[in-house]
Amino acid sequence: MGKIRTPYLLLLPGFGFLFTFFILPIINLAQTSTQTPVGGGDTGQYEQTLRFSNYVDAFVENKEQFGRSFVYALIATLLALAIAYPLAYAIAFKGGKLKNFMLVLVIAPFFTSFLLRTVAWKQILGEEGFVVPTLRNLGIISDSTTLTSSAFAVVMGMTYNFLPFMTLPLYASIDRIDPRTLEASGDLYANGFTTFRRVTLPLSMPGVVAGTLLTFIPAAGDYVNAAILGSPNTKMIGNVIESRYFKIVDYPTAAALSFTLMAVILILVTVYVRKAGTEELV
Amino acid sequence: MTKESISAKGDLRLTRLSKSYGDFTAVDDLSLVIPEGSFFALLGPSGCGKTTTLRMIAGLEEPTVGSIHLGTTDITTTKPYQRPINTVFQNYALFPHLTIFENIAFGLRRRGIKDVDAAVSKVLDLVELPHLAARAIVNRPALLLLDEPLGALDLKLRRQMQIELKWIQKEVGLTFVHVTHDQEEAMTMADTIAVMNEGQIEQMGSPADLYDNPKTAFVANFLGQSNLIKGTISGNDGDSHIVDLFGQKISLQKNRSHANDQFIYAGIRPEKFRISRLGTPTSGNILTGGHIEDVSYIGVSTQYQVEMPWGQELMVFEQNDDGVAPFSKGEEVNISWEPIFTFGLRGDEDATAGSEVNPEELDEE
Repeated sequence: MGKIRTPYLLLLPGFGFLFTFFILPIINLAQTSTQTPVGGGDTGQYEQTLRFSNYVDAFVENKEQFGRSFVYALIATLLALAIAYPLAYAIAFKGGKLKNFMLVLVIAPFFTSFLLRTVAWKQILGEEGFVVPTLRNLGIISDSTTLTSSAFAVVMGMTYNFLPFMTLPLYASIDRIDPRTLEASGDLYANGFTTFRRVTLPLSMPGVVAGTLLTFIPAAGDYVNAAILGSPNTKMIGNVIESRYFKIVDYPTAAALSFTLMAVILILVTVYVRKAGTEELV
Repeated sequence: MTKESISAKGDLRLTRLSKSYGDFTAVDDLSLVIPEGSFFALLGPSGCGKTTTLRMIAGLEEPTVGSIHLGTTDITTTKPYQRPINTVFQNYALFPHLTIFENIAFGLRRRGIKDVDAAVSKVLDLVELPHLAARAIVNRPALLLLDEPLGALDLKLRRQMQIELKWIQKEVGLTFVHVTHDQEEAMTMADTIAVMNEGQIEQMGSPADLYDNPKTAFVANFLGQSNLIKGTISGNDGDSHIVDLFGQKISLQKNRSHANDQFIYAGIRPEKFRISRLGTPTSGNILTGGHIEDVSYIGVSTQYQVEMPWGQELMVFEQNDDGVAPFSKGEEVNISWEPIFTFGLRGDEDATAGSEVNPEELDEE
C-alpha cells in the first residue's frame, strides 16, 4: 500500500503550491472580471454584479492592442525561428567538442537582467548606436527615420529576448536526429534541400512546435519590450492590462482582458498543435 | 553530370584509394575491382578501414587520394544522391517519421518513379523482413552496399538473414558489397572476400581459397584458426619444399608457400591434424613427441591442446566419428596430416597477427 501512495505524496507539494498560487488567484481573477464599481464608493472599490458585458467592452475598447500583440508576437516568433533553426542545427551537427560551450553562450544572456538587456536595445537602436548611422549611410533608411520608439524596435526586442526559448528546444530536437538518417536520405537520391524538407524538418518538428510556443505565448502577453522600446502607438495588450491594474485601478477590465488573452492564446495554440500534428512537445 | 553518373553501371573500380584523417590513415592506397553481379565482402577487424572504404563508395566520404569508377564513369566526387548506389545502414537508419511503406518508397519518390505502389509491393514480396534491405533494393541500384546490417540480430536470425540476402542477390542480380567483421558471415555469403587490415587488403579470393591457402599470418589467424610453426626450408623434393620444424622434416607444396627466403612458418588448420597413439601407423607429415595438455569435448568434435617438444602448444580438432577413445591428458602422441594441407608463410611475420582480435567483441568502427 505504501508503494501505491508514494507517487501521490510526491505530487502533494507541487499540487499545493499550484493550488495556492495559481488556482485560487485565477478564481479570484474570474470573480473580479465580472464586478462593477460600487456606487458612490472610492476608486478601486468593486462589487460582484456578474456583469459579463465587461468582456465585450474590454475587447471592443482594446481590439487594436489585441491585434497588435498577436501580430508582433507572430513576427517575433518567425524571426526567432529563422535565426534559431540554423543556430541550433549548427550546434547540434557541427558543434563537436564546443557543443556545450555554445549552449552556454545561448543561455548566457540570462545572466544579465532581462530589463537591462531590453534597455540596452534602446542604446543599440538609438541615434548614438551604430545601427542607425550605418543604415543611413547605406541609404536603407532616410536621415529623418529613427528606430527607437517604433514597432520595429519592439519586435526586435522580443525576438532577441525570446531567442533562447526558441533555440534550446530546437537544439534538443535536432540533436536527437540520427545523422545516419540524413546520410540515408542522400543515399536515397535526395539532395540537400530535399533532405532538409523531407527528413530534417519533419524530425525536428517537436522542437519547432515547442520553441514557437515558448516564444509566441509569452511574447503575446509581453509588455516590457513595448514599454521600453515602443511608443503609445505600439502598445500591446500587456501594456493595457498593466495600466488598467496599476494606473487606472480598473480591476474588472484588467481581469477581463487577461482572461480574453488567455482564451485567444489557448485557441490559437490548440489549432496550431493540431495542425503541426505533434502530440509530444519536446 | 548528375544524369551521367546516376545511370552508370558495370564493374566497380577503386584505384589507389586513400583516406586520411589528420595523421591517421584509415584507407591506404587501396586498389580493387569488384565485378558486376558479384557478392563481395570486405572483411576485417574494427578500424581496418572497411567501413571507410564503403562510405567512400557510397559517397559519404570523399577520398583523400585516388579514384572510384563505376563502369567507365568516374564517380569519385559525385554526391551520394547522384550515384546509382544504395546502402543498407548498420542500424538501418530508417526514417522514424515515415511508415515502412514510405521508407521503402523514399528513393522511388525522389527519382520520380511512376508506379511506386507496384514497386514497393514487389520488393516486399521478395524480402521476408521488409525493413532490412527493402528500402535500398527497391531502387535496383547498380551497387548495393551493406554496412554490417546483421550485426544487431541474434545468431539464429542472423543465419536466416544471411541465407536470404544471398538468395536475394542471386534473384535480383545486383552487385552486393558487404562489410563485416564476422568471418563466418563473410564466408557464408560472399563469392569473393577481401580481408582488410590497417587500411590495406591483405588477401582477396574465394572463401575456400582464403581458408585453405592464406598468404599472411593475419589472414591465417583472422579467418578461422591456424597453427603456425616456425621452421626453415632445408631442401626440395620435386614440387615440394622439405621444411625443418625443430629437427623434424615435413613437406610443403611449393605453390602453397608464400615465404620469400628459407625462414618460414608452416601453417596447418587445427581440423587437418590427426592425433595418434605411439605405435599406430601414420602417413603424411608427422610430428612426434607431443603431449596432450588439454581436452575439450564439444560434441561435434573434441579439441585438444598438444604440447610439442619445442614448447609450442598446437590446436587439434578431432571429429568424434571414428569410435577411437578420446585421448587423455598427459598422454604422449604423434600428430600427422596430409602434406597438401600445409601452407607456408614468411618467417619474419608476426605469428599472432590477427589472432588477438576477437571479432565477436568488436563493435562498429
